[in-house]
Amino acid sequence: MTFTRATLLGGIAATLAATAVFAASHANVEGAIKARQSHMQLYAFNLGILGNMAKGEVAFDADAAQAAADNLAALAAISQAAYWPEGSDADSVEGTKALPAIWESGSDIGAKVAAMTEAADAMAAAAGSLEGVQGAMGALGGACGGCHQTYRQTN
Amino acid sequence: MGRIFSILAVLIVIGAAVFWYVTRPVMADAEVLAGIEPDLERGEWVFYAGGCASCHAPEEASGEDKLVLSGGRPLESDFGTFYAPNISPDPEQGIGDWSALDLYNAMHNGVSPEGSHYYPAFPYTAYVHATPDDIVSLHAFLQTLPASDTPSQPHEVGFPFNIRRALGGWKFLFQNDDYVVTAGLNETTTQGRYIAEALGHCAECHTSRNILGGLNKSEWLGGAPNPSGRGTIPNITPGALDWSEADLVEYFTSGFTPMFDSAGGHMADVVSNLSQLPEEDRTALAAYLKAVPPIE
Repeated sequence: MTFTRATLLGGIAATLAATAVFAASHANVEGAIKARQSHMQLYAFNLGILGNMAKGEVAFDADAAQAAADNLAALAAISQAAYWPEGSDADSVEGTKALPAIWESGSDIGAKVAAMTEAADAMAAAAGSLEGVQGAMGALGGACGGCHQTYRQTN
Repeated sequence: MGRIFSILAVLIVIGAAVFWYVTRPVMADAEVLAGIEPDLERGEWVFYAGGCASCHAPEEASGEDKLVLSGGRPLESDFGTFYAPNISPDPEQGIGDWSALDLYNAMHNGVSPEGSHYYPAFPYTAYVHATPDDIVSLHAFLQTLPASDTPSQPHEVGFPFNIRRALGGWKFLFQNDDYVVTAGLNETTTQGRYIAEALGHCAECHTSRNILGGLNKSEWLGGAPNPSGRGTIPNITPGALDWSEADLVEYFTSGFTPMFDSAGGHMADVVSNLSQLPEEDRTALAAYLKAVPPIE
């Protein structure tokens, strides 16, 4: 998964560049918030396919599980650089729970995203069996939580 | 005139005596732990069920570092900001020189080995339900963790809340060992109650508080403002939360909600602790939440 990691590092670098370019224009901020929330929806939908199998609410289907897991890995590899312009935090605008800490110095969001990408790749590698999906689910949830714990406002 | 003064004087003396009596730190006798042998495996279970690391490990710690309980996590409240102290086995900065009875007095009575009151930011109103066996086992387990010589940070608490003696009055009002949910429990929900009400201290965040900072037990787990000021902590009684037991178990295991959003904030820490427990404990906790009286 060198490709994924290279894309990710590129994404982090591009985030910094994009921050300067966008300079928090209002229309861009609104669009960026919609884009990243849609991206989260795509994660949730594909996680749902896997999670409902893991919970035993839906019969295990190896092809469907693999497709959903591959989607997650692909989604995790997409550069989100432009989705997170500076000034699109919960203190600056309505309609987002993104905490300003994301943009503050000392933010380790890059490392958290890397951990999530790794967990998504692990799911893609394990999705051939129900046990594999069940085993990979906890780490993936933990990786999602890793960001949400520090960088997302509670309800 | 002289008579009124003598009556007043007597009243003041009585008042002072009552204050002195009510606010005195209560220490347990060594007898409560007599003959109890520690069980390290049980101690580890208590450690995760009690969520010790969530406050006592530094905020940025992850993985193995969460076992270094050097303190430092800030807890914001209306009364000031409290910093979780170092409870690693370091004898100087931590609690390496504590006996099991010292830990019992801390968790059960909210009193330090020197006999002063702890602030209830340390959830002894929940830990008061912890069994003596579990405290002895936890004490032994904590001693196996890595020591850290990081000094504990002083709390940032202003007058009058910085008068620790007055906490005795607070305890008089709010500290007792009665469980909140008492009706219609079976073996599973009773086990869930022990995890929720005693060790897991769910109510510390999920129940609203009165003006003195005591829990509104009639609104048990009915949600509350977030003490750190952002957003609210949700109502998790059946009056508001319609998740199935399987949904709850999944949430406690992976952190995923039924809509496959994921746990955030402090709840992410709680999930990482709960996921360490055997599955039947998560099932018991889910069953307990279904048995809690609904708050609309």
